[in-house]
Amino acid sequence: MSGLSMLRPGMIATCVKVALGALLLISVIACSSAAPAATTAPAQTMKETAPTAPASDAMAGSMKEDASGVIKVGVLHSLSGTMSISETAVKDATLLAIEEINASGGVLGKQIEPVIEDGASDWPTFAEKAKKLIQSDEVAVVFGGWTSASRKAMLPVFEANNGLLFYPVQYEGLETSPNIFYTGATTNQQIVPAVEYLLKEGNTKFYLLGSDYVFPRTSNLIINKQLKAAGLEAVGEEYTPLGHTEYSTVIAKIRSAEPDVVFNTLNGDSNVAFFKQLKDAGISPEDLTTVSVSVAEEEITGIGAENMVGHLVAWNYFQTTETPENTKFVSAFKTKYGENRVTDDPIEAGYFGVYIWAKAVEKAGSTDVAAVKEAAKGLQFQAPGGLVTVHDSNQHVAKTVRIGAVRDDGQIDEIWNSGSPVVPDPYLDTYDWASGLRESVQ
Amino acid sequence: MSALLQLSRGTLVTSWAPLIVMLALLLLAPFVLSDFRLGLLGKFLTFAILALALNLIWGYAGMLSLGHGVFFGLGGYAMGMFMKLEGTGGKLPDFMFWSGLEELPFFIAPFKYAWFALPMVFILPAAVAGGLGYLVFRSRITGVYFALITQALSLIVSILFIGQQPYTGGTNGITNYSTLFGYQVFSPGTQLTLYFITVIALAVVYLVLRLVVNSRSGRIMIAMRDDENRVRFMGYDPAILKTIAFAASGGIAGIAGALFVPQVGIISPSSMGILQSIEIAVWVAVGGRGTLAGPIIGAVLVNAAKSGLSESFPVIWQFFLGGLFIGAVLLFPAGIMGLFRGELSRERFTRPLTRIRELKQQGIGGVVRQWTTTSFR
Repeated sequence: MSGLSMLRPGMIATCVKVALGALLLISVIACSSAAPAATTAPAQTMKETAPTAPASDAMAGSMKEDASGVIKVGVLHSLSGTMSISETAVKDATLLAIEEINASGGVLGKQIEPVIEDGASDWPTFAEKAKKLIQSDEVAVVFGGWTSASRKAMLPVFEANNGLLFYPVQYEGLETSPNIFYTGATTNQQIVPAVEYLLKEGNTKFYLLGSDYVFPRTSNLIINKQLKAAGLEAVGEEYTPLGHTEYSTVIAKIRSAEPDVVFNTLNGDSNVAFFKQLKDAGISPEDLTTVSVSVAEEEITGIGAENMVGHLVAWNYFQTTETPENTKFVSAFKTKYGENRVTDDPIEAGYFGVYIWAKAVEKAGSTDVAAVKEAAKGLQFQAPGGLVTVHDSNQHVAKTVRIGAVRDDGQIDEIWNSGSPVVPDPYLDTYDWASGLRESVQ
Repeated sequence: MSALLQLSRGTLVTSWAPLIVMLALLLLAPFVLSDFRLGLLGKFLTFAILALALNLIWGYAGMLSLGHGVFFGLGGYAMGMFMKLEGTGGKLPDFMFWSGLEELPFFIAPFKYAWFALPMVFILPAAVAGGLGYLVFRSRITGVYFALITQALSLIVSILFIGQQPYTGGTNGITNYSTLFGYQVFSPGTQLTLYFITVIALAVVYLVLRLVVNSRSGRIMIAMRDDENRVRFMGYDPAILKTIAFAASGGIAGIAGALFVPQVGIISPSSMGILQSIEIAVWVAVGGRGTLAGPIIGAVLVNAAKSGLSESFPVIWQFFLGGLFIGAVLLFPAGIMGLFRGELSRERFTRPLTRIRELKQQGIGGVVRQWTTTSFR
């Protein structure tokens, strides 16, 4: 009869306890913040409760530098859940960059202090933590996100609070938030040139395979337009749910469609299953070219290099990219995190994003969002993957496009690059066949 | 049965006090908390409503539903779609365009009207729960089988929502709202209003549930939990009663979802998946099922701990949370409210120790057996 305890007589004592419990709860919420120990709680409460200056008002417009001589920055990646396998490495690269900048004197003479938060592979959590970093920790900038879903969830938070986000992963384009810097590739820096390359190589029959979410869907929408402009049509288009691992039906469909190339936008675990089953079906890269845009060195480790040897990938950076900056970056990364770790495109973008922000802050002389945005225009940086230049208006970066083939040791041999950095064009305004895209999403 | 007989007018009057004190504290919270913390509290309170909904069906009607995330999500999606369509001014939302749709599907178009979308927040999940409930309860499916069916429901619906990207926004869900009834969603003023609406909604749901469980049908429901056959022999139809309870519970969960969306700014399939659905049961269990205050306390406490721990220990916080759950289930099987049961005595403080001794004697098998026999009825 435990369930009926509330209905018993003589409950006044209980009422008091419930009330006390509720009071405790509220104080827990009031005090729970990044403060490592409960002893600092009173100070935290005082700071947060000043009724005359609600946090968000004080924040509007300018993030303040801490009087204590440090600049707080947020690092918001999934450290738990399905995405943690990819995002933890990006967090590591971001922390490496912060450490290097601090070692050489910091920014504006101040040390950078990272506030790390876990997005937990859950989009509402990303929104919550972004809000916490901006409003409670008053960070100058946040480095974070991987999936488009996490970015889409954080975007309104950054726009409403005038925060600043550096997003390090290639994505589907068709977005320019005034509060986000995109250090990964947009479509014309990865997918569009990859398709151009394949067309130039004489491929005419494209099969589009992707996971069922916004990045593959949008990529294929764009590829279909691009193929149409070349007088072609995809011979097949197939989507599987994220986490799908049964590809024999899809492989049979691919066989009967007889494509020249499979354009692969599968994400996560599905790649392991797809490439293994493709190999088991006796289809080698000589029989069928595949180009993947979500498989980098980190993922190849999981898929098993033996299952992917000879298959193509398109990115802006490989661990094997030969620049002096990359030699330094790879060795610093391995020294800090272990010899068996690899670097890849999003890791590199997570790394140089910090440098771009730091340079912009130095140039602006403050961490004020508007000033940093203004200072970042046209900013150049020698990243491990080559020179990157921040675009004047769309806050993406110009970067070199690279296509490579997977080696048996899991590294990638570059077989083609764009020669010079490609100017970012998230809405594909400079492509005739893509006219109308901008209008339809704005 | 003795507890049932103790129901009297006197008890009702005295037990108003905790509600009033809690309500007062919640209404004072805006003066104490920063905007961010208040936003979090608002979110936790929507979870408290959700926990109350689950508690109705689990704590009082004795059926553990592991699919309540679905009803929460349906309410959230109805609200989210309404806000999204308000934001676009009737134009095609961005996620529909990405997925290749050219015009608003006929079954989504009505969600641009508040008179349609707002009632749907309750009706949609209540109808799904009622429909499923009727089929399940008519076949006299109970206990662990009911839990499994509802868990399958949450898996199926979340996969369906991920797969139907043109209509639901897929994995991303629906996000980036601008206005709600013409007000900026993210302005502090709107958020404060939403917080108060949530507090009021919580109070109303609490009151309604309190009236229900203390009413004649509430007592039949509790009797059904304790001995379904006896209720059937007395001439009542448990299938109908359970269906009504399940539908009401689903509808309340939908209201929670609708309040969640404008405060958090996103609704996605992750809010209706298996993980989330199980978590709801954890909140209720930690707070104390079968009590009305327990689920509220459990939902707020567990989520506050979740936020607080993940902020302080971003890399290993899940271990603390896991430890908390295991500890709560092993040491306080009746939840936090269980601690307040009975007269104040020394025994209350030594109870966890007694419990540890018992557990040692029972071994793991005994613990599992005890948990399963008490949870699925």
